[in-house]
Amino acid sequence: MSEFIVSRRGLLTGVGALGATAALTACGAKTGSGTSTGSGATADTSGDTVKVGLLNSLSGTMAISEVTVRDSLLLAVKEINAAGGVLGKKIEPVSQDGASDWPTFAEKAEALITDTRVAATFGCWTSASRKAVKPVFERHKALLFYPVQYEGLEQSPYIFYTGATTNQQIVPALDYLKKQGRTRLYLVGSDYVFPRTANKIIRAYAAANGMKVVGEDYAPLGSTEFGTIVNKVKDAGADAVFNTLNGDSNVAFFKEYKSGGLTARSLPVLSVSIAEEEVKSIGTQYLEGQLTAWNYYQTTPGAANTGFVKAYQDAYGKDKPTSDPMEAAYVSVHLWKLMVEKAGSFDVAAVKSAADGITLDAPEGKVTVDGATQHVHKTARIGRIGADGRITEVWNSGGPVKPDPYLKGYDWASGLS
Amino acid sequence: MTVVLNQSFTGISIGAVLLLIALGLTLTFGQMGVINMAHGEFMMAGAYTAYLLQQAIGDAGVSLLVALPTAFLVAGAMGALLEWLLIRRLYTRPLDTLLVTWGVSLMLQQLARDIFGAPNVQTRAPEWLTGNIGVAGTTLATNRLFILGLALLCVLGLTAAMRATPLGRRIRAVVQNRDLAKVSGIATARVDRTTFFIGSGLAGLAGVALTLVGPIGPTMGTNYIVDAFLVVVVGGIGRLRGAVVTAFALGVLQSVLEYSTTVSVAKVVVLVAIVAFLQWRPQGLYTLRTRSLA
Repeated sequence: MSEFIVSRRGLLTGVGALGATAALTACGAKTGSGTSTGSGATADTSGDTVKVGLLNSLSGTMAISEVTVRDSLLLAVKEINAAGGVLGKKIEPVSQDGASDWPTFAEKAEALITDTRVAATFGCWTSASRKAVKPVFERHKALLFYPVQYEGLEQSPYIFYTGATTNQQIVPALDYLKKQGRTRLYLVGSDYVFPRTANKIIRAYAAANGMKVVGEDYAPLGSTEFGTIVNKVKDAGADAVFNTLNGDSNVAFFKEYKSGGLTARSLPVLSVSIAEEEVKSIGTQYLEGQLTAWNYYQTTPGAANTGFVKAYQDAYGKDKPTSDPMEAAYVSVHLWKLMVEKAGSFDVAAVKSAADGITLDAPEGKVTVDGATQHVHKTARIGRIGADGRITEVWNSGGPVKPDPYLKGYDWASGLS
Repeated sequence: MTVVLNQSFTGISIGAVLLLIALGLTLTFGQMGVINMAHGEFMMAGAYTAYLLQQAIGDAGVSLLVALPTAFLVAGAMGALLEWLLIRRLYTRPLDTLLVTWGVSLMLQQLARDIFGAPNVQTRAPEWLTGNIGVAGTTLATNRLFILGLALLCVLGLTAAMRATPLGRRIRAVVQNRDLAKVSGIATARVDRTTFFIGSGLAGLAGVALTLVGPIGPTMGTNYIVDAFLVVVVGGIGRLRGAVVTAFALGVLQSVLEYSTTVSVAKVVVLVAIVAFLQWRPQGLYTLRTRSLA
């Protein structure tokens, strides 16, 4: 019976492709009339405004997380416009729905670049969606700002990574668990790029640091059956669970975890994809006491963060939490503005060469763009989820950590690619 | 030993979910020959009903208990409406029912997205359904026990209704030979609509049960519809007993395989096993004897 689903998606993709082709043909006449001098993509900056693309899943299994990122991007755009825009032009955001479907992401990215002719695009959450759009941005020499922590081992000349790479999140998280004496890990993840690569890195780390991986399981993205995985976790003799599940599978996993009798006290779960927004929707009764690894929490001290939280809640509601990917997304728009202003142009090549050393006093603390890797220096933080749904920091790296996407600084990582 | 017990319980609880979803289908697909692709969306309607009631009532326990009959009525009414508007014109063309109800399912998904927003939502489970009971070294999750109890109640209720009530007799008569039933004075059109009401209502109940284990979203129906059809086909089309046996067998098979291999491998092996089984017994586990010529 599964053919029904396949053919359904196939049909939709086909229809979507037809639509995209029609749109491209209709707009063909405009191509080449932009003011940009770079080769490849030409942003349309002829008017009083400059368009930027927002590419997030507004529907499907990832919408729970990605809608907040879109809101946060819009907030940054609004702030920049209120302060006079970029190079005298107001930013006009064009939002597209990637629909938690990777081919859709690629189609929408193509449309944003060639049809809408945006100066830069902000978005994507899952590594699968990023991998799907990467060739599109590279082919058109267009810019993507990617705001979510990811598995590293990647460096595209046309992507700026403003979320953490592994040495700013996963490695510090493993260091923390080791310090707590938790050395028998069970790995649970969604079945796609990020968790599989992350777990490869965790295994290499464990082998070099006297830790043991006692089990490793993957559930399809969007899966809601975790009974067996929770039983396996219970039987494996682990003393911590490293959780790389994405999206709302986490809801089902933590419900099952609690009703299976496991608690943060008996067997803590360290998650790298659960931030404040997810905590709120999963329910704190299921998450109290569990650990997370990020670079930013709503509770992170500092005037920049107080202002960010207030601005976000004024715009979207007093009960709306802020989270790490939202913050990284917000920061990415501001960083782009600083790069454009330093370059004095929206031209992609000029913006890229202006990037190195751009520094911003961000809500998470000082961030600096590393021109060589197009990643960002960030502070690593481990947090514990409280009964009120807030995450409080229990450890931080003491200052921004230099990004090392290929983990060149670690001997144990030499075999990874 | 504990492993075996724990896994059996997990399997049985997966089976209970499958059974709840497939029960309605054994009526609409099995008894009436309608390939209802919108069955999953009736489930979604039940889940959103539970969500709305919780927003309105507040207390998680009370709203859950109110949600069960309400979701049955809501999903049942949607089913009856669908039957009256479209399906009654298509009883002799089962493949057309597939296309029509597929279209309806896409429309219902979009409708849900427009009303409730694209991101998935959650309900809070009542306190007494978040814990577990220890029995002989195993832990039985109370939410799973609740779903199991609900599934068994539905099976008993449906069996009783089909065997002992005049309506049940009429439904069986229409299924076995529509023309003969009609000339015997049975209002077949009304029986069809009532059957569809009950079948869709059961999907609504399944939707409420699913709010206890996972998130509620516009596409939740598509996650389960394939499994539901598998249960009905393997069990033998239209056979309640077949659906019960198959649901639990597939649940236990899935969980045992998952424990010894991985989730994906288990899914593949289960599908291969089903294909092999259907080669051997294309009519499914149990067959329905009818006097009709078709």
